[in-house]
Amino acid sequence: MTSPFQAISNLGARVRSNITGLGAFMRLTLAILARSGTAVSRLRLVTQQVHFIGNHSLLIIAVSGLFVGFVLGLQGYYTLSRYGSEEALGLLVALSLTRELGPVVTALLFAGRAGTSLTAEIGLMKAGEQLAAMEVMAVDPIRRVLVPRFWAGVIALPILAAVFSMVGIIGGWVVGVMLIGVDPGAFWSQMQEGVDVVNDVLNGFIKSVVFGVAVTLVALHAGWTARATPEGVSRATTRTVVNSSLLILGLDFVMTALMFGN
Amino acid sequence: MTRDKTDFWVGLFVLLGAIALVFLALRAGNMSSFSFAPTYQVQAHFDNLGGLKPRAPVKSSGVVVGRVSGISFDTQRYQAVVTLDLESKYEFPADSSISILTSGLLGEQYIGITPGGDDKMLADGSTIQFTQSAVVLEELISKFLYSSAGSQD
Repeated sequence: MTSPFQAISNLGARVRSNITGLGAFMRLTLAILARSGTAVSRLRLVTQQVHFIGNHSLLIIAVSGLFVGFVLGLQGYYTLSRYGSEEALGLLVALSLTRELGPVVTALLFAGRAGTSLTAEIGLMKAGEQLAAMEVMAVDPIRRVLVPRFWAGVIALPILAAVFSMVGIIGGWVVGVMLIGVDPGAFWSQMQEGVDVVNDVLNGFIKSVVFGVAVTLVALHAGWTARATPEGVSRATTRTVVNSSLLILGLDFVMTALMFGN
Repeated sequence: MTRDKTDFWVGLFVLLGAIALVFLALRAGNMSSFSFAPTYQVQAHFDNLGGLKPRAPVKSSGVVVGRVSGISFDTQRYQAVVTLDLESKYEFPADSSISILTSGLLGEQYIGITPGGDDKMLADGSTIQFTQSAVVLEELISKFLYSSAGSQD
């Protein structure tokens, strides 16, 4: 049984530690951005990471996109056919993918597929004292390890999101046009009439860039601050998935309200 | 894996992303309806625009010949001013009339041009004199109610 005084000071300690954590996160962010010149001068490091983060995530993103497209086609047809407007299926599939599902689902999958591996890699580097060894050799670990991974994540996620949306639209087309038999001309022309390049495609792209920054930073920060034990690395990995998922959904709400709220 | 091979796969990955974006812009989006054909601008005054929006199509006989480029309000005449971008390959007589139409019963609003008989053609910066405002459904209903109430007397 804790006294009220104890409870209040516990609350204070928790708030203070949260704010401290946020401050440490922002300082790491600034440190990464300040040293980003390396990303240009040592492009090779970034390409290696894009290969590791992006290319290896491509399969899961494409397959997920295909199935999300299939489901959108089936469910959209079920709802639209009640109003006799099955031809709007293409519009429904394309709008939901480019505006919301493409960036958000890709970012969630990316956090699970690439974010965790970044956290575990950096956490284990820390546990194995590789980062300390770099510093002894006068190599800045932020410059050498974090900066290339950060920019690789920022580059890879928008590409993956665009692929996700494209494959999803093709999946919706396969189900809607080839299996159910919606008129292909109406499917594409309604889509082209309703999807605006700036409002929908470009805003979706901006969303995916923001998610790329957020997910990669959360993953890098979690690995960077992980305790140097097996348990610490496993906790950091869990934290990456939980925090970045919540951050993605929260940011998505804010950006949707700003972009499409009028 | 050797350096060149990594570079190749990363290049392919970025290329795929570019293809996906182009697909979204051209196949799914309305990028292909942006025409880069040379245009000329004409203006027209309307009493009521209804729900006309910028980038709405301008059609003649159902064919898209241009787009609405801007909508503003003239405080001198208390009328709406609509600026139209018409494609240069479509020329219309100077006494053509334009009206705001609705596609379907509740669809999007667009502008229809009906050609006149003048020998002179509309030039860049000229103003179309004959305009017909949008049909506002509420006004139509209230007129109908008013006239049917009057006929009962």
